[in-house]
Amino acid sequence: MADLTMARRSPLAGLAREFMEKAVTGRRHVRLSEWRFTTMVSLRVDPGTDAAAALAQVLGTALPRVVGEVSSRGQHHVIWQGPDEWLVVSEESPDTLVPALAASVLDAHAAVVDVSANRTVLEVQGAAARAVLQKGCPLDLHPRAFGPGKAVTTTLARVPVLLWQVGPHGYRLLPRSSFADYVARWLLDATEEFASDFADDGTL
Amino acid sequence: MLQLNCPWCGPRDETEYHYGGQAHVPYPEDPSALSDAEWAEYLFVRDNPRGPYAERWSHSTGCRRWFNVVRDTASYEVLAVYTHADPRPVPGSTAGGSR
Ligand SMILES: [Zn+2]
Repeated sequence: MADLTMARRSPLAGLAREFMEKAVTGRRHVRLSEWRFTTMVSLRVDPGTDAAAALAQVLGTALPRVVGEVSSRGQHHVIWQGPDEWLVVSEESPDTLVPALAASVLDAHAAVVDVSANRTVLEVQGAAARAVLQKGCPLDLHPRAFGPGKAVTTTLARVPVLLWQVGPHGYRLLPRSSFADYVARWLLDATEEFASDFADDGTL
Repeated sequence: MLQLNCPWCGPRDETEYHYGGQAHVPYPEDPSALSDAEWAEYLFVRDNPRGPYAERWSHSTGCRRWFNVVRDTASYEVLAVYTHADPRPVPGSTAGGSR
């Protein structure tokens, strides 16, 4: 059978060039990039059950129990989405990860669904990353309230996104594929002003 | 703007939620036994008090769970937030309220 993955086109493929050309340099630098074709698996299971333990065993890490928590191990990141719902973001192929997870729960009351094409991953990196996101996100992203290793579902520029902070100046946004172009173009516009310097350094 | 305290996610702006109308409206025991007027009453007629009102909200851009809120319709003050597993707050008290 032909390998159809060769014909795949990521939701933000058409903006790759603009991401490079419009990267903001200088003290308040910030740039966008797409992490393409990331494996994503939706898990639905009662967290107190054997099935939940079996899924955690396959992933090598616990299913986080509190909003904002991400548990990471090797290639896998498990993001809390609700009291009985998680999103696994992984670099392992869905061809091996999804069957392994599904096999671990067998006939238990649980759902393992490959949702890799549902969202894409948009990375926002740079000293001004938080200031850019704060222009369109109702959440408080200040270090007193948020930080690396935290992920929540919220809105950016009025559309739903999963917002995941991965470093002091690095974020991953996971919009639905159909919203990705809008979110990316909103961000390109939002980053533009940071190319100029202000007398106050533009610090928050 | 309201700020509602999702039982699972904590305080978030109203824009993250969807409103679901009056809470605690029971589905009829035997819908086919209802007259058209009674069915219309169940479907469309809701209380409209000035003061505390129990209503349903969904955290639609967050954890996507439904929960209940008692809100004062005159002052917009949120008097209680509770899940379907929690007991219904006693009117006049703010038991169960977290804001
Ligand atoms: Zn929530």
